[in-house]
Amino acid sequence: MSTQPDLLYSEEEEALRAAVRDLLTDHCDAAGVIARTESDTPYDPELWKALSEGMGLAGLLVPESQGGQGATHREVAVVLEELGRAVAPLPYLTSAVVATEALLACEGDETAKLLAGLASGRTVGALAVALSVGPGGHYKAVRSEDGFLYGELTGIADAAVADVLLVPAEDGGLYAVDADAVTITPQVSFDLTRPVATVTLDGVRAHRVGAAEPAVRRALRAGAGLLASEQLGLADWSLTETVRYLKERKQFNRPVGGFQALKHRLAQLWLEVVNTRAAARGAADALATGSDDTDVSVAVAQAYAAPVAVHAAEEALQLHGGLGMTWEHPVHLYLKRAKADSIAYGTAGAHREALAGLVDLQAP
Amino acid sequence: MTDAAELRRRTQELLAAHPPATTERVDFLKARFDAGLAWVHYPDGLGGLGAPRTLQAVVDAELEAAGAPDNDPRRIGIGLGMAAPTILGFGTEEQKRDFLRPLWVGEEVWCQLFSEPGAGSDLAALGTRAVREGDDWVINGQKVWTSSAHVARWAILIARTDPDVPKHRGITYFICDMTDPGVEVRPLRQVTGEAEFNEVFLTDVRIPDAHRLGEIGDGWRVAQTTLMNERVSIGGMRIPREGGMIGPVSKTWRERPELRTHDLHQRLLKLWVEAEVARLSGERLRQQLVAGQPGHEGSGMKLGFARLNQEISGLEVELLGEEGLLYDDWTMRRPELVDFTGRDAGYRYLRSKGNSIEGGTSEVLLNIVAERVLGLPSEPRTDKDVAWKDLAR
Ligand SMILES: Cc1cc2nc3c(=O)[nH]c(=O)nc-3n(C[C@H](O)[C@H](O)[C@H](O)COP(=O)(O)OP(=O)(O)OC[C@H]3O[C@@H](n4cnc5c(N)ncnc54)[C@H](O)[C@@H]3O)c2cc1C
Repeated sequence: MSTQPDLLYSEEEEALRAAVRDLLTDHCDAAGVIARTESDTPYDPELWKALSEGMGLAGLLVPESQGGQGATHREVAVVLEELGRAVAPLPYLTSAVVATEALLACEGDETAKLLAGLASGRTVGALAVALSVGPGGHYKAVRSEDGFLYGELTGIADAAVADVLLVPAEDGGLYAVDADAVTITPQVSFDLTRPVATVTLDGVRAHRVGAAEPAVRRALRAGAGLLASEQLGLADWSLTETVRYLKERKQFNRPVGGFQALKHRLAQLWLEVVNTRAAARGAADALATGSDDTDVSVAVAQAYAAPVAVHAAEEALQLHGGLGMTWEHPVHLYLKRAKADSIAYGTAGAHREALAGLVDLQAP
Repeated sequence: MTDAAELRRRTQELLAAHPPATTERVDFLKARFDAGLAWVHYPDGLGGLGAPRTLQAVVDAELEAAGAPDNDPRRIGIGLGMAAPTILGFGTEEQKRDFLRPLWVGEEVWCQLFSEPGAGSDLAALGTRAVREGDDWVINGQKVWTSSAHVARWAILIARTDPDVPKHRGITYFICDMTDPGVEVRPLRQVTGEAEFNEVFLTDVRIPDAHRLGEIGDGWRVAQTTLMNERVSIGGMRIPREGGMIGPVSKTWRERPELRTHDLHQRLLKLWVEAEVARLSGERLRQQLVAGQPGHEGSGMKLGFARLNQEISGLEVELLGEEGLLYDDWTMRRPELVDFTGRDAGYRYLRSKGNSIEGGTSEVLLNIVAERVLGLPSEPRTDKDVAWKDLAR
């Protein structure tokens, strides 16, 4: 590895961050997110419209010639940091990253049309692979007969809001299916802000967009690598919010944040967040530049970031005391998302196993 | 401004005038210093050219390619990393001229006479006295844990010049001549068996006022510069993947499959990931410095490395199984430098225990991160407005 990844944020990326954060500050407050999780529409269509049609962010990964912004994974990572910081209930990672990457691996006119739809944000896509599957993991394929698909798939993130599903079939093809043509049954999800659903295909007419294997691998690798940036956002919010609260909260006639036992825990968490930022930027830059080191960078980022996000949210809950245990306080949203994220696109353990092969540290 | 091309030109000029193959090592280093290519960000005439710090890499790469000798920075770490920036920041013109060149060339090794038996983390509580007599200061007291005192020619020293004011305000910073007859250095044997650090007894040591660094009573502020540089010099170094302690243990894992167990495999992979992420954090810090946006990450680097070194070296001893029961040599030696890679796993395990103590303990660094980076309140203090002589001891 001769060249070092660029681990900083460019000025344009900082400007993008500021714009996304402004939007989320105005349209995605914690109380609203909590209320929405209890409603029939866990997603915020207005916010999605503002982000995709207003700012064009759903199309960052799609070349301009195909109706997108022609940006890179570096910018997407910045968007995801902010979405994570706000636990925004949006299908951004699943549609603008994972489904989009799957289509970018395919060809043909139909694919181009789908891609343009996803890039504009007017269509929401979902890859019909369980959220828990990592880049090298086994995924379920459905039966195909004469262009009709049959089968049931579980744990499909954001299927409930998808307009189009990308379904791998046993014949090795990846098929585009209109969401209206399948039965989507929401599952009761641990993470209320990124719910999963069961998808049942009962002889559905489908259009083959390409080969499943390369498309799914590519999609899951990008998903795993960029998820680290969402996890960074979650962890950063948890730390920042906890520090803010503990400077104000008084017990024993002192701000609680002045007690060394807590200061050391928070300083330790800060160090983990700093490290996560380096790991997440490393993965985003590798994906953006198509570096030979991408597989290692993604595995390192996921193996490191997932436990940090969970740790940060758990510390945030504990250090908020009884308040942290309430439904009204948003910390539970972060804990649920962080814990679900620790399974999404492969667990830390699965990514470490992958590394064993990648960096030649073989099992006994 | 001096740019990369200009530095490359000057480096080639130096190499042409002093071919490394036929020039004495010390002579080459002196010529390099005089050409301003020692530390390019230092001022003209003091080993530098006032160039951006990051351009040093350009010079180093050219010199390495030409097989030029280096100044053995590991052996003179305290001088380079701590004494030099402090002298540059607070020294008189004369002090800079006299001390920086032999320091950089490595002719003169430096040590740090800060810690005392009664003042470690609470360094400002130190009791070594400095009393003015004419043009001299007379020093009496005891220092401890002094690395390299046995090979040092000079020391940076802090001592109390005014016991009647609160502790931080009565300290003055000096340059101490280690060959002075009042300086007695006694080896302190360490857990590793060797004696890398020492006790230093100072009895009526006379230091000329010309060797005072900074104002009388301003020693604490001067010492902050030293301590800050001590921590910064650890982060921001560009190391390759597996460049740290994870390197030898990964190598052993690959070469000796008979040692592998499932438990060790899980732990090794976890530590490999952490080492790689710590390396990326260091690289990110370096890139921030280059971009002129220094962050607080540096304070965290030392914390992270200390724990990682300890965990990795602990795993390495276990991995070696039966061999882990052995140690290469318990003879009390007085080494000139800390050699992590040249010794065996047992040594690495024991020596890395010092990583969370030397240069500020991990507990103290966590306090610094919590207070200066996160802005959390400091502990209630009972010593703030009390004269040093009235503090309970
Ligand atoms: C290998 C090695 C080389 C060294 N080289 C040098 C040298 O060259 N020159 C030199 O001057 N010194 C040197 N030192 C000394 C080093 O800087 C001190 O040991 C260190 O600052 C700690 O001081 P102490 O040993 O007195 O421990 P103490 O300060 O007594 O600490 C004892 C314990 O209490 C903890 N503690 C102290 N204060 C707090 C607090 N406020 N909050 C929470 N916990 C606290 C510490 O973390 C530690 O665990 C060296 C030390 C080592 C191990």
